[in-house]
Amino acid sequence: MSFEPVIAVFMCNWCSYRGADLAGTSRMKYAPNVRPIRVKCSGRVEPTFIVQALQAGADGVLVLGCHPGDCHYTDGNYKAMRRMALLTRMLEQLGIEKERVSLDWVSASEGSRFVSIVNDMTARIRKLGPLAKES
Amino acid sequence: MIVARDYVFMCSEPGQEIIGKDIRDLGLNRVVVAACSPIMHESTFRSTCQKAGLNPYLIEIANIREQCSWVTENKQMATEKAKALLNAAVKRVYYHQPLETRKIPFNPNTLIVGGGIAGIRAALEIADSGHKVYLVERSPSIGGHMMQLDKTFPTLDCSACILTPRMTEAGSHPHIELMSYSEVEEVSGYIGNFKIRIRKKARYVNGDRCNGCGLCQEKCPSKVDSDFEAGMGKRKAIYTPFPQAVPNIPVIDADHCTYFLKGSCRLCEEVCEANAIDFGQEDEIIEVEAGSIILATGYGVFDPAPIRQYGYKRLDNVITSLEFERLVNSAGPTGGNIVLKDGSAPRSVAVIHCVGSRDRNYHDYCSRVCCMYALKYAHLIKEKTGAEVYQYYIDMRCFGKGCEEFYERIAGEGVSFIRGKVSEVTDRSLNDEEKGRLVVVAEDTLLGSVIRVPVDMVILCVAMEPQQDAEAVARLFKISRSADGFFLERHPKLDPVATNSEGIFIAGCCQSPKDIPDTVAQSSAAAARILSLISKGAVEIEADIASIDDKLCSGCGVCGSLCPYSATSLDEEKKVYKVNEALCKGCGTCVAACPVSAITGRHFTTEQIMAEIEGLLI
Repeated sequence: MSFEPVIAVFMCNWCSYRGADLAGTSRMKYAPNVRPIRVKCSGRVEPTFIVQALQAGADGVLVLGCHPGDCHYTDGNYKAMRRMALLTRMLEQLGIEKERVSLDWVSASEGSRFVSIVNDMTARIRKLGPLAKES
Repeated sequence: MIVARDYVFMCSEPGQEIIGKDIRDLGLNRVVVAACSPIMHESTFRSTCQKAGLNPYLIEIANIREQCSWVTENKQMATEKAKALLNAAVKRVYYHQPLETRKIPFNPNTLIVGGGIAGIRAALEIADSGHKVYLVERSPSIGGHMMQLDKTFPTLDCSACILTPRMTEAGSHPHIELMSYSEVEEVSGYIGNFKIRIRKKARYVNGDRCNGCGLCQEKCPSKVDSDFEAGMGKRKAIYTPFPQAVPNIPVIDADHCTYFLKGSCRLCEEVCEANAIDFGQEDEIIEVEAGSIILATGYGVFDPAPIRQYGYKRLDNVITSLEFERLVNSAGPTGGNIVLKDGSAPRSVAVIHCVGSRDRNYHDYCSRVCCMYALKYAHLIKEKTGAEVYQYYIDMRCFGKGCEEFYERIAGEGVSFIRGKVSEVTDRSLNDEEKGRLVVVAEDTLLGSVIRVPVDMVILCVAMEPQQDAEAVARLFKISRSADGFFLERHPKLDPVATNSEGIFIAGCCQSPKDIPDTVAQSSAAAARILSLISKGAVEIEADIASIDDKLCSGCGVCGSLCPYSATSLDEEKKVYKVNEALCKGCGTCVAACPVSAITGRHFTTEQIMAEIEGLLI
């Protein structure tokens, strides 16, 4: 059987989660590999959440926030962006491919954008293969 | 886990009763609902719990519809995903804490941005109930686009005649503070307690002294293209956009005023008997407080010049619909005579529909009102000039009340309808009949052939589009926009007037293209929503905000430097930071950043999220 990755998706309550809901109400179909987690703002996503997700079995992690400038809390997404840059460097040092973790923007009206981001990420991780975990 | 139940409509009364009964009978202390998105029904199930005596924050929703069953083709994988979602919710709810919502007083004042028919209607609705409204309009007078229109479809009543009484009413209403020639610069706060900074631009005319006699406008030597006349007519450098302006106080356009440009003239000052001219006037900053806000900022008009083949700005007598509105208006630049550039009357006129709308190159959406006003034009042209009228349409969309009947009526007046998108408007003639005229080339899709029709005037029915600064306005008020650039409503069906930002509502064409009755209906709806908030007198604020543990906090101040609302501050005595609960909105950025994990983001605690992650990835 071919490898099916599991991808944890952190979404903010105001833009990306609503964009994902819109994909649902519009009956768009996308890869079933994603596992959504709602937070109030992408700025709430601690790097440890991402590490925890990778440790707990995710092969990749997506963080989706509002578009730059559109954050419901002014600039939480910028804070997410800075934390993400640091985390990516740390993951590389740990030998985890940086492609496994990705930050992107989805507005509440972008159901189709959510679908394509999720599908692209799934395809990318499928290609990378499972995240090797120490037993 | 004590009990699991399956019911077809958990959100219905009987469904909720099942939950309530189990809470009471079995003494449940946590509830998980696996159903639709929490955005839909979290509040429903929270109140179910509350009614049954369980703290509303002890419930968790697993979204197995919008983000699982509706989006997954493979049934088995959908079931696997649903199980993971449910497992995550169960793991998470274990760590939920009972929380109390807070009630804060609601400021009964309302800010309305935009003084077109949408803003005016909403302002009157709220002000009539005795509550204060600040109505902010950036141009010198309220009235908006509706004031520019000639007749209104399908009844053909005069637009200005039905609008001006409402404008006067708004201008003199004891509960409406009209701020014309003003713009909102800054918005802070939250539902119930917004603080708004407004720039009142310098008019260079003292409004308290001016009696609106109009002598200054008469004497002013500087002539400028009038925006109100859509560039078809002129105004002076000191002007009111139109005679019925509210307020009837002129402004001096400093960019075109001879005195401001060259340092001498002051003719207006000389003739003003009321001594109202004040060249030294400066912009004024006004701060107001309001509990709620309505954005009624209207629409922009599509510029057809980029569609080169239609010849706008390149060929004479190719005009836009808004220009035609002014041309045909008896108060307009030609006194209502439909004339060509050379002053003669047209013998035939082409009306091209869907210019910039229903067009992949520009706007995908239907602009909704063009079919109907195009029919109105046909009637007015026939009535005033007797000219032939050719309507080039893609589909006739006549869906409003009385609109299909209007279509039948105009069709009966002998208007030619040609189904097809125009490929070109050209002045290159092929025969004597075409010589010196405009030739409209289009495929008549019902006839199945390309036809050329020589006409004297072409009217382009241009799309309504988002205001040019819609993006900046959305950012200022922290609301979203849909893919087409218009402001995004909270729910496309069931909540078309609210936004994702509590306390901020939208009305009229800033949300999507619409006609006057729909605009007015949406305005009244927004007003009703605000009146219900005002009559409650207080607003409940979510309990999911941050709190700082005194014992852990080292007073480093990272939280204070990150908080977008300056909601944390140093307690000088204890040397620790504390959260101002009235300001905190619970975004959680400080929680993520605190180096000693002293901050808890209530209802989104690290424990809860970690448990959810673990449950999700079984």
